[in-house]
Amino acid sequence: MANPYVIHPATIVEKIQEAEDIITYRLQLVDEQARQCFRFAAGQFNMVYVFGVGEVAISIVSDPDEPEFLNHTIRTVGRITKAIAALQPGDVLGIRGPFGQGWPLDEACGRNVVIVTGGLGCAPVVGAIEYIFKRREQYGSIKILHGVKTPHDLLYRERFDQWRRAPDTEVLLASGQPDKTWSYHIGVVTELFEEVAIDPMKSIALMCGPEIMMRLGVPILMRRGIPETAIYLSLERHMECGIGLCGHCQMGPYFLCKDGPVMRYDRVAQWLGQTGV
Amino acid sequence: MTSGMRGALPTASLQRLLDALSAKGYRMVGPIVRDGSVVWETVQSVSDLPIGWRDQQEPGRYRLEQTGSPEIFGVVHGPQSLKPFVFAPREPLLQIERSKDGFATRPTLPQSEKVAVIGARACDLAGLATQDQIFLNGAYRDPYYAARREGLFLVAVNCTRALNTCFCASMETGPRAKHGFDLALTELDDQLLIEAGSEAGRDLLSNLCLSRGSEQLSAEAATRVDACAQSQVRRLDHSDLPQALYDAHEHPRWDEVASRCLACTNCTMVCPTCFCHTVEETPDLSHQHTTHARLWDSCFTQEHGYIHGKNIRPTIKDRYRMWLTHKLASWIDQFGASGCVGCGRCITWCPVGIDLTEELPALLTPSEQQSTTSRRPEAAGG
Repeated sequence: MANPYVIHPATIVEKIQEAEDIITYRLQLVDEQARQCFRFAAGQFNMVYVFGVGEVAISIVSDPDEPEFLNHTIRTVGRITKAIAALQPGDVLGIRGPFGQGWPLDEACGRNVVIVTGGLGCAPVVGAIEYIFKRREQYGSIKILHGVKTPHDLLYRERFDQWRRAPDTEVLLASGQPDKTWSYHIGVVTELFEEVAIDPMKSIALMCGPEIMMRLGVPILMRRGIPETAIYLSLERHMECGIGLCGHCQMGPYFLCKDGPVMRYDRVAQWLGQTGV
Repeated sequence: MTSGMRGALPTASLQRLLDALSAKGYRMVGPIVRDGSVVWETVQSVSDLPIGWRDQQEPGRYRLEQTGSPEIFGVVHGPQSLKPFVFAPREPLLQIERSKDGFATRPTLPQSEKVAVIGARACDLAGLATQDQIFLNGAYRDPYYAARREGLFLVAVNCTRALNTCFCASMETGPRAKHGFDLALTELDDQLLIEAGSEAGRDLLSNLCLSRGSEQLSAEAATRVDACAQSQVRRLDHSDLPQALYDAHEHPRWDEVASRCLACTNCTMVCPTCFCHTVEETPDLSHQHTTHARLWDSCFTQEHGYIHGKNIRPTIKDRYRMWLTHKLASWIDQFGASGCVGCGRCITWCPVGIDLTEELPALLTPSEQQSTTSRRPEAAGG
């Protein structure tokens, strides 16, 4: 059996500055064979490695239909992400993955999809949105509700505009600290629920972002009639191995690196928001 | 047990067993006395073993005493379980060199070595089985653990004396070694009753030309092991787990135990089943070469629950609760059995003597404070 710890070199093909401290890295595995074997599902993650520094778990934001390129949107916040930010196109990072359970895109077929995201938390779901738009006829209406702290935090701006123009699709944005240019909702993302019509029994909800947003948002969706078994969350914990062995990413009985990061709400309801879990 | 795969050896002739193992190419490892405790070390002769020594263990206390008796396996255990043999405290995973493609990775799998461990206890075999399940039988098989595990030959010793801290009987893991051994010994004064538990064990036993263990000797062994179980003063009632401990999440006892806990990580280091580890990157000065290694981690450290700018478990209360709830409750959901094997090491090696067999019942005793907070959501939900 393959050694799950082996790291594969990947070249940085492009760096896209999304915001002051947020960069999307477009990567391509160096090894031809590794590149051809690499398949992933939207919502899965890679362990991204910097030579001599270490690894960090980052979700794959690119289209699963183009697995030869792997996009990772990374906020420069810590020791490893700062080392990543210092690299330039042509430099080499390492990849180990893909790991974890992605979004239930097969289950979502034929249903309306409500996507609720906050801040950089929209990254893990972007690949899923791209996937859905490629197969638009297989899905019902799409509603994308996205909240940011300031307009400056709005990533993938052109994509939101592009999605907004698509048929049977609504894109609603909210900012809690808007500036004069902001023409969308002022407030938090959960307030956007009031502005959309939801057919609860035909809908599936995908949520991703700060845990507090999900904890406040889920009850509102449930009050609107969406069953808890049709609500999926992408959750985040410290991860070092990606294969359920290092013990850091536990949430109650789950190892989020292998049982998640995407979890159906009813499975984690007991643990979400518990102190120290 | 297959018929004929049991025999008796005079205690004074144990060297014959060691010689037979040595002839098979095994490096033998046994308990040896060092720094007031026992540690696993390479042994060649029976005289290396802690003859006449006994360990006394209490919460926060470990003492060895010399009794002057010819007893070979009088020391029940030291701080080490079998864990360090298979899940190494520090395991280099990869050597990585800069190259024209950026870097080249070379896995550093350990050489599988034939090691015979003399004197593994039933609780430690249970701990090893628990680790096997984690590292070998999950979605990903750990090749480093597998290489170390492959060469192990396990000579168990059935316990005929319980420590004050032992509670294996209540965890149903001992004091008799039921499975997972190659040979199991019961020391009975001047006789050792030996049974084989594997093909390799049977093979070795048949070469030893032992006298057949009499029924009387077997009965005596069973009696002493049963008496050892009966004599255990600690027990852990795990019948209501995992749910009862999940329900105790807001119990005030967590604050009380946290006020004593030093978060020193000793309990997790001596635990035969704890498997948390971190990864360490050590580049050399030229920055052309780096070692990617894993080392034991503990849920009692600050960093364990850290996630960019936030700590999920900032307080000692959070961390003790994480440890105990994982060990006794969520482990059952994850792996189908308790993460505790009842060896009692976490009690002995805790510098302040925190005793989980005391904490669990306290946590499962309803408290006024808890009942008010836990009733509220139900009332609102109704």
